[in-house]
Amino acid sequence: MRFMYLVKHPGAPGNPTPQLIEAMHKLADREIKAGRMLDNGGLMPVQTGAQVRIADGKLSVIDGPFVEAKEVVGGYAIFELRDKEEAVAMAREFMQLHLDHMPGWEGTCELRAFATP
Amino acid sequence: MTAADVHRTILAVWRIEQPRLITSLSRMLRDVPLAEDLTQEALVAALEHWPTSGVPEQPGAWLMATAKRRALDQLRRTKMLARKHEMVARDIEQEQLAVPDLDASLDDDIGDEMLRLIFTACHPLLSREARAALALRMICGLTTEEIARAFLVPDATIAQRIVRAKRTLSESGLTYETPRSGELSGRLASVLEVVYLIFNEGYTAARGVDWLRPQLCNEALRIGRVLTSIAPQEPEAQGLLALMELNASRTAARTDAAGEPILLLEQNRALWDQLQIRRGLQALARARELGGADGFYALQAAIVACHARASTADATDWPRIAGLYAELAKRVNSPVIELNRAVAVGMAEGPQAALTIVDRLVHEPTLKNYHLLESVRGDLLQKLGRRPEARAAFEAAARLAGNQREQELLRRRAAEAGMSDIG
Repeated sequence: MRFMYLVKHPGAPGNPTPQLIEAMHKLADREIKAGRMLDNGGLMPVQTGAQVRIADGKLSVIDGPFVEAKEVVGGYAIFELRDKEEAVAMAREFMQLHLDHMPGWEGTCELRAFATP
Repeated sequence: MTAADVHRTILAVWRIEQPRLITSLSRMLRDVPLAEDLTQEALVAALEHWPTSGVPEQPGAWLMATAKRRALDQLRRTKMLARKHEMVARDIEQEQLAVPDLDASLDDDIGDEMLRLIFTACHPLLSREARAALALRMICGLTTEEIARAFLVPDATIAQRIVRAKRTLSESGLTYETPRSGELSGRLASVLEVVYLIFNEGYTAARGVDWLRPQLCNEALRIGRVLTSIAPQEPEAQGLLALMELNASRTAARTDAAGEPILLLEQNRALWDQLQIRRGLQALARARELGGADGFYALQAAIVACHARASTADATDWPRIAGLYAELAKRVNSPVIELNRAVAVGMAEGPQAALTIVDRLVHEPTLKNYHLLESVRGDLLQKLGRRPEARAAFEAAARLAGNQREQELLRRRAAEAGMSDIG
């Protein structure tokens, strides 16, 4: 099963600590070499992008300034895993790294199975 | 949570940690099969303790510590006098003292160990079946029961196969294989063969009612990705990965809602997995960059890529496919490849040109029981309007097909050929 992981955090995230970056790098390395991680990436702040929205039957482009969002997607990863249990175990390990290496950080790792194409 | 849920959760946590566990242990012990035993023992220990204690915050560290403790116990118990083992025991004791334990093992590049693991599990000394079972167990962390279910054989058969294979490795002193760079490509062939066997077992499910046993495909793909990430310079590993990704990209389109097979040209291409196609084409490009365009797997991948690139069945570049099959036939003298070339020639130049090739193959002894020969003949004969002959060919094909669903499909085609004749 293919899973999308979305890491979300409140509005303005602090820069990840070097320890966290290193730990995440090692985890990514292991998961690529274990043949499970297909893709991953971090996202720049919302100011680097835009939102194209439909509301009240009208399409609009919001190119900033952005209202402070409760949660912002900061990065994603795509994994090929056997089942949801494995996917949850993976996310726990990933989030435990944040707990261990970036005190005070809060956020959510949401994982979702891909619809079969 | 029910007991079964807890069990599944523990198994999942263990599988996530399994690659690092087994690679770290095998480096420590200089013995891959023993490392695998201990990895399993750590799982058993987790299944004993975690239901009451809960899953620890650092499950990987817990499993590693448990496995190491057992390694030490075992080495003491067996009182191995060999210097190697004394040194290993000392190493382990020292590592036990070192904190933090998990970070130490994280620091090591698992690539080399993973490669060693793969080369040990897929040693050419072992039979293909044994290699497949060991690979699924050691590299993918499948249980004996899961492997048995996937290969449709009794648990005991797989258990025995694994025990025997491990014994063979131990007795031959091959428990910690380090292929030298010069022999890497040669030894790789033995690995790729097994990976492809696992993939095909899942993809075509030669016998039984299930058309697809997709999990085996996923496991084979995973080993393929492992290989291309740790040995990125090997063109045939890239070629095989490309072939598997491209074939697997059609999984969702290969059967209808009732589980009936849908032939490639009739598939809904919107259901093909574009992410997987992209990955397959990338791997194929990489194989070519490495000078491996004419490799056994790369050529087959190039053929499948012709389908993947065509947005409709009509857009398929059949002359190119026929040319690629001719290339492949030059590399490997195989009537099956010739039969496939005939199909491509049929699409490129018409059924008569193809039938000429197929009829040359009819007396080929290796194809005597090969249902696809008669199936292809039937198809060509039908296109040429030779319906009674087509019907007879489809019926012969149905008798030879091992897969129940394929048999049904072929009988249906035989009946259609017959009906058109009357009508």
